Amino acid sequence: MTARIGVVTFPGTLDDQDALRAARLAGAEPVSLWHRDKDLKQVDAVVLAGGFSYGDYLRAGAISRFSPVMETIIEQAKAGMPVLGICNGFQILTEAHLLPGAMLRNNHLHFICRDQKLRVENAETAWTSDYTEGQEIEVPLKNMDGRYVADEHTLDELEAEGRVAFRYLDVNPNGSLRDIAGITNAAGNVVGLMPHPEHAVEPLIGTGRTDGLGFFTSILKKLVNA
Amino acid sequence: MTLDTVTHATETPDVEQPWRELGLKQDEYARIREILGRRPTGAELAMYSVMWSEHCSYKSSKVHLKQFGEKAPENDAMLVGIGENAGVVDVGQGYAVTFKVESHNHPSYIEPYQGAATGVGGIVRDILAMGARPVAVVDPLRFGAADHPDTKRVLPGVVAGIGGYGNCLGLPNIGGEVVFDSCYQGNPLVNAGCIGVMKHEDIHLAKASGPGNKVILYGARTGGDGIGGVSVLASETFDDTKPTKRPAVQVGDPFQEKLLIECTLEIFKEKLVAGIQDLGGAGLSCATSELASAGSGGMRVDLDKVHLRDATLSPEEILMSESQERMCAIVEPQHVDRFLEICEKWDVIAVVIGEVTDGERLEIFWHGEQIVDVPPRTVAHEGPVYHRPYARPEWQDALQADDAGKLPRPRNGEELKDQVLKVVSSPNQASKAWITDQYDRFVQGNTVLAQPEDAGMIRIDEESNLGVAMATDGNGRYAKLDPYTGAQLALAEAYRNVAASGAKPLAISDCLNFGSPEDPAVMWQFAEATRGLADGCLALGTPVTGGNVSLYNQTGDVAIHPTPVVAVLGVIDDVNRRTPIAFAEEGQLLYLLGDTKEEFGGSAWSEAIHQHLGGLPPAVDLDREKLLGEILISASRDGMIDAAHDLSDGGLVQAVVESCLRGGNGARLVVPEGLDAFTFLFSESAGRAVVAVPRSEELRFTDMCGARGLPATRIGVVDGDTIEVQGEFSLSLEELRTAHEATIPALLA
Repeated sequence: MTARIGVVTFPGTLDDQDALRAARLAGAEPVSLWHRDKDLKQVDAVVLAGGFSYGDYLRAGAISRFSPVMETIIEQAKAGMPVLGICNGFQILTEAHLLPGAMLRNNHLHFICRDQKLRVENAETAWTSDYTEGQEIEVPLKNMDGRYVADEHTLDELEAEGRVAFRYLDVNPNGSLRDIAGITNAAGNVVGLMPHPEHAVEPLIGTGRTDGLGFFTSILKKLVNA
Repeated sequence: MTLDTVTHATETPDVEQPWRELGLKQDEYARIREILGRRPTGAELAMYSVMWSEHCSYKSSKVHLKQFGEKAPENDAMLVGIGENAGVVDVGQGYAVTFKVESHNHPSYIEPYQGAATGVGGIVRDILAMGARPVAVVDPLRFGAADHPDTKRVLPGVVAGIGGYGNCLGLPNIGGEVVFDSCYQGNPLVNAGCIGVMKHEDIHLAKASGPGNKVILYGARTGGDGIGGVSVLASETFDDTKPTKRPAVQVGDPFQEKLLIECTLEIFKEKLVAGIQDLGGAGLSCATSELASAGSGGMRVDLDKVHLRDATLSPEEILMSESQERMCAIVEPQHVDRFLEICEKWDVIAVVIGEVTDGERLEIFWHGEQIVDVPPRTVAHEGPVYHRPYARPEWQDALQADDAGKLPRPRNGEELKDQVLKVVSSPNQASKAWITDQYDRFVQGNTVLAQPEDAGMIRIDEESNLGVAMATDGNGRYAKLDPYTGAQLALAEAYRNVAASGAKPLAISDCLNFGSPEDPAVMWQFAEATRGLADGCLALGTPVTGGNVSLYNQTGDVAIHPTPVVAVLGVIDDVNRRTPIAFAEEGQLLYLLGDTKEEFGGSAWSEAIHQHLGGLPPAVDLDREKLLGEILISASRDGMIDAAHDLSDGGLVQAVVESCLRGGNGARLVVPEGLDAFTFLFSESAGRAVVAVPRSEELRFTDMCGARGLPATRIGVVDGDTIEVQGEFSLSLEELRTAHEATIPALLA
């Protein structure tokens, strides 16, 4: 028995195929979800993949957040369904208020694509349990609007509650406050990050490392053992 | 104002028409009148003027480009040749690959961001129109001097435009080049290439056949952008009250293009189109006349059906508009509903604008009144052809006599070391990561190799691991010294780069960037370069599948260096066998393959140290290139080498520095017998590569080279964290990395 992991395609989503592939390589059953469709096809977890949904027009993630599929996802996420937002998916999660804070344009004002070192700060979320706390991983990062910001109070709260899930190591590539690369909600079922674990799941492709596969094996174990 | 209908044109033969302002010559205008047996309507004049322009008709270059067909090597892989939107080659396992390189030079100088962005958009639609899913892009770029203030305006805009469009489109950018030379100061070259993959049975062609089939325009609304010169029709002749200046450069919307791609691929999947064409240069004029011309000839279009962004556009402007992200499909009536349904699913606007007729005329109507009635072949395929005069420039001899071999050379190890640092940190040889890191190279999850590797490589089948590789190269300095040899060197380098990655070179596309064809010296360069390229392709067995010519890249009397850019496409059966450039394993042995001679004409050394351009470029031996390629591919397939890097500009030392930095390891080098250290490090002799051989494979590898007659010289070992040339100097990787990586950000960031 395996778990069904859904990946949403919004107009302008780019990394949906990669996320589906990563779910498959981890041993899950990948399921495509369509933005206009409220039906989640009985998936056990959802990935909001990277890309430029609606061209990032208005503000990254701001339009997708109102799509029919998001109505169901927001509702189910609040009820505990695991949701992972990668890059544009993370932006959508903050726009949907499932995660606090927001993403601004990179501080250097350029798109940046690089192999990025991260430290796993919280290995107890639904998506990170296959890592160990403090583990260093390397996955690709590629974004234009990746600078994580939140007010001081929120940042302090995130730190205090262990909700900073990932931090940038060596280089802070976009000016994110407190080097935050990814965060989780209090329940640990909703996780968002700017780097792209789905691009680091095969030894030959991308960075040549498989450090990102742990996201997908984490969720699979959780769902199958549940 | 009155609509200039066909009837009106017949009744008013003596009306003055702005053919000169539209760029037509008097005899060309006379020929249009002769073809039609009357004066053209404004709409017809607009169509002819733009389709007979140099850009669309290849009127100056055609007579030379013919050689690519005449001298084409026998090649079973070729499925679709020159003349379609892009050529198609067979890569095995039922897959076909289509690829092409195009220029967007002039728009990118005027408006760097949009010029470069729409260059990417245009080439991607060309590939899509063949029936293929676009899988990667590459961008060969050339700018003025790196430290010139205008380069700081043009380059960041171009790079942001390529990134802004390509990243949002979701296509990995896997290769290309960035070259600086003051000859490109007012004429940057922004070339864009794209690779697409499909199954053999999915190949689509741009033709309209089958009377009764519907013509569907879909994608973005048509606006006033990119009308350029044709606006004289609207602003000066027909209506003085409208704004006269419309943007001549098109504005891109990559989000719309992404939807167009996915929508079109779904339409292909359901086999709903009989013919398809993208709208690029010359917009609807080009698409309708080319589709009709390549089909049975007849088409009727109701231009007022076109969805507009600007309701005030005149019919002439609608015909000429180069608004981006539009496609034109020929669809059998029973498929129209499903076609429109798929467009709706992807939020893509689509409208039936006409149908294929059984006549032989392209007829266009505006609210019921006929404004175009032409034989489409005369517009699309039977434009003027010029045999422009050409002559070897009188300065060519003096340039070639100015031998770079006579330049002062470093006198000792210390000077050699200084010059190594100067060369690897010079703008042309320095790391371009600051630029390429603004492009997404990971999206789609199939990127096996990307810049700064020798070639970009994409997996196209996850089960079998079949992959394709592409490299683009061109060296304007070499071509200036000798255009025939320069074109062959560009071909040889791209071929070598693909082979060094482990892929077998199959076919090429080219982008020929030159000055004004009205200058006999430029025309001679063009004639020589095309002859060299055609001869070279015949010798290497790699046919030209298509390409693009960009002329008039000059400011006043000063032309750019002749710059033929060649893209070589290769195939690799198993991407696991690809060869990277990185020296990743300490202890591996370094072998130099090929012969090193004293060849410094046009070299990176002569430029970086002496700001010199003279003499002859390196000699070309295409049989040797072929042999070297075969050895590199065999060695990769059989696991005899772990790294390979082609030698080109900057010579051996440039390659070793790049491979060491990439792998994070140093190297100890020994100057081989019979060579001096300077020639060893800086010569740019062609037909060479450096490879890293695991010790366990050394004998097998050298035996293979020996048996096949390829010189292979052991020159050192991967070791430590310095690059040491025995008896000469030693440089730490850290110092080299700083020198190599700091230059471009310091100039441009």
